[in-house]
Amino acid sequence: MRGAKTMQWSALAAAVALAATACGGGSGGGGGSAAGKPAGYVSIDVTEPQKPLIPGNTNETQGAYVINSLFTGLVEYDAAGKLRNANAESITTDDSKTWTVKLKKGWKFHNGEDVTAQSYVDAWNWFANIKNNQQNSFWFEDVKGYDDVHPAKGDPKSDKMSGLKVEDDHTFKIELTHPVSYFKYKLGYYTFTPLPKGFFKDPKKYGQEPVGNGPYTFEKWTHKKLIQVKAWKGYKGDNKAKNKGIQFKNYSSYEAAYQDVLSNTLDISPQVAPKDLPKRKSDFGDRAIDQPFAATQSIAPAFYSKTFKDVDPKVLQGLSMAIDRKTITKTVLNETRVPATGFMPPLVKGYQKVDTDIFKYDPKKAKELIKEGGGVPGNKVWIQYNADGGHKEWVSAVCQSIRKATGVECVGDSKPDFQTELDARDADQVKSFYRSGWTADYPLNVNFLKELYATNAQTNYGKFSDKEIDGLFKKGDNAKDLDATIKIYQEAERKLAQKMPAIPLWDYAANVVHSDSVGNVKVNFRGDVILSDVTAK
Amino acid sequence: MGRYVARRLLQMIPVFIGSTLLIFCMMYALPGDPVKALWGEQSSDPAQIAALKHQLGLDQPLWQQYWHYLTGLFQGDFGTQIASQRPVSDVIAQAFPVTIRLTLFAFVFTVVVGILLGVVSGLRAEKALDRIVLIFTLLLISVPSFVLGYLFQYVFAFKLGWITPTVQDSTNWGQLLLPAIVLAALSLAYVTRLTRTSVAENLRADYIRTAVAKGLPRRRIVGVHLLRNSMIPVVTFLGTDIGSLMAGAVVTEGIFNVPGVGNAVFEALNRREGSTVVGIVTLIVIVYLLASLLVDLLYAVLDPRIRYA
Repeated sequence: MRGAKTMQWSALAAAVALAATACGGGSGGGGGSAAGKPAGYVSIDVTEPQKPLIPGNTNETQGAYVINSLFTGLVEYDAAGKLRNANAESITTDDSKTWTVKLKKGWKFHNGEDVTAQSYVDAWNWFANIKNNQQNSFWFEDVKGYDDVHPAKGDPKSDKMSGLKVEDDHTFKIELTHPVSYFKYKLGYYTFTPLPKGFFKDPKKYGQEPVGNGPYTFEKWTHKKLIQVKAWKGYKGDNKAKNKGIQFKNYSSYEAAYQDVLSNTLDISPQVAPKDLPKRKSDFGDRAIDQPFAATQSIAPAFYSKTFKDVDPKVLQGLSMAIDRKTITKTVLNETRVPATGFMPPLVKGYQKVDTDIFKYDPKKAKELIKEGGGVPGNKVWIQYNADGGHKEWVSAVCQSIRKATGVECVGDSKPDFQTELDARDADQVKSFYRSGWTADYPLNVNFLKELYATNAQTNYGKFSDKEIDGLFKKGDNAKDLDATIKIYQEAERKLAQKMPAIPLWDYAANVVHSDSVGNVKVNFRGDVILSDVTAK
Repeated sequence: MGRYVARRLLQMIPVFIGSTLLIFCMMYALPGDPVKALWGEQSSDPAQIAALKHQLGLDQPLWQQYWHYLTGLFQGDFGTQIASQRPVSDVIAQAFPVTIRLTLFAFVFTVVVGILLGVVSGLRAEKALDRIVLIFTLLLISVPSFVLGYLFQYVFAFKLGWITPTVQDSTNWGQLLLPAIVLAALSLAYVTRLTRTSVAENLRADYIRTAVAKGLPRRRIVGVHLLRNSMIPVVTFLGTDIGSLMAGAVVTEGIFNVPGVGNAVFEALNRREGSTVVGIVTLIVIVYLLASLLVDLLYAVLDPRIRYA
């Protein structure tokens, strides 16, 4: 009893203490500013980058937004996807194998250090080195000496690639192991950036507080909350910031971001959740932007599966013609996609109108083609997808379309999340089709063909293999100039329409909404908002 | 009493180790490779994946990985996140205070309003007010929290304009009010109903009649004799509720964009960040254990016949 009595008092005391701290917190926190956005800044919903902010390590949209604002490489793509010089004065080659890069003079890093040829060469050697665990290291695989710093097994033999040579402060040479006529296009990827000297002493710190040479300087990164960058007065490039700075704010859902744009608490949301898609036009009018960009969605057959082993391409062509792309993009997908007209979207350089009707919805012909090709074994196909990516609706619609048009039974094969789905692809366990998405790394037809359909390509999960196509890819890479390469790859694409390594469904469109306190919101070929052009009112 | 508490605390150690092992094994058994997934749907490089796995120790067998984790844990090292390379303790230190604030807010709200409503309607059982409270709580129980969340957002942010739709600053108590109410709504309904039933029942008990016969003032009868005896089921519920309030706020945190624990676990699970999930879930297990200990001790306070030795 006595014990109980003391307990009673201590419980009461604890309650009082809790209440007191609660009240104290209330009055203290109430006075602070809520949003805290400096005037002239633009805020955008970009969730926390997955990784430290190092150009060699970032490969996801969120991080790329920040990296692109802080770093500028040799070349860049404009809004239409055309290549132009940025930090480079000129990039020249005679044989597509040895490239000479001349830098513009007077460019500096945010800390005042000069951007020199050495800044580039050191950075690239560091990115490529297997010991530094950079996810974009394989981008340097064309460079001579890559195997020394990035062996398939074991420790690197050297920390320098022999193919990179500094000529003087503003000139360096890149020697490749084989001619790559579109190497300049690859250079536009944001991994090919320079780094200041301090980086190599303390990569960890620079990953948290990056120092670059881009249009914005780094201000602060409050994890899981926001990253803030400020327009840099000393910037020499063409894409100088038209606003005073940017806040990348972390949102846990696009629904929440949408509400905040609606109430003017946030300026831009680069994506709209399915729930809000139908009402975005009535909520925002012309401030809801839909713009196609360089990404496609396909369903790719696994050529090792029971369904598609030694399949006649005619069957796949038939299945392709059984999909009513127009209706599905209009209804199920709320016009956020554009029906495919080839293996790549129109704004990619090298896009052509393939002379074929495989993208047309024609149930009668679809049936005929499948019959001609010997039918689908078991008369049943599966489409594998990940349930966490909003794919279920369209997979069901595609299946229904196939079923209705051809009588072939079609079901979705749902995996709980993307990792599990990827595992099944990796382990060759796809039952017939898998969902295959691709966003351009660089807006050139090569990127949409070679990475997906070459026999030994990493992302060729369906194990498509064709000697003729491989031969054309190789020939294209070795062509004497870019135009010749594009032509040969176009030939390959026409051939692919006969061989059907995948059934392209539709191209992506970016759905952006923004408040009326910002203007000039545009989207680039990768579907990202061009932040340096946004104006704050 | 002291020995009892010490014994209970000591019992937590095997539970702690067991739960970490269990969650660790579960994470290991989940399909999906967190390192490979870093490359997403783009080209990747097997050599780099292997090198990264080796550096993170993910190429070792399960028992070895667990041993490293456990030895690290006893030195206060929760491990490092795979993608962000941030220490897991940082992630925890950031998420927990936010959630604790939110939970505390919701909890206080539940207790104060719930018990008050329960007592009032229990004293007037079967009368009009009681009916209204019952219908109101039935409504709260049957409406999913996300509906309530969006409804509140719509009414208070867009129609009335009192608040911003999402929480801008999670240290601001005023901004946490709305998510806390949404979070508390369900528990509030249960607490009200539990209290009401208990009060209504005890009102007919012999000791209350005795107290009335003795001529005690009504305030003392209700405040001490009735309430104290009616609190046992409510306290039991509240004890487990504090744990679920902490862990189960994923939906509410999502709607109001509160960067708390629910959110952190959800994201870590999606990215297969094993050590983050194990760390956070283990801490939640400890919160549950402590809460249930507290509940057991409170029994003794409420009912002197219960004694621990």
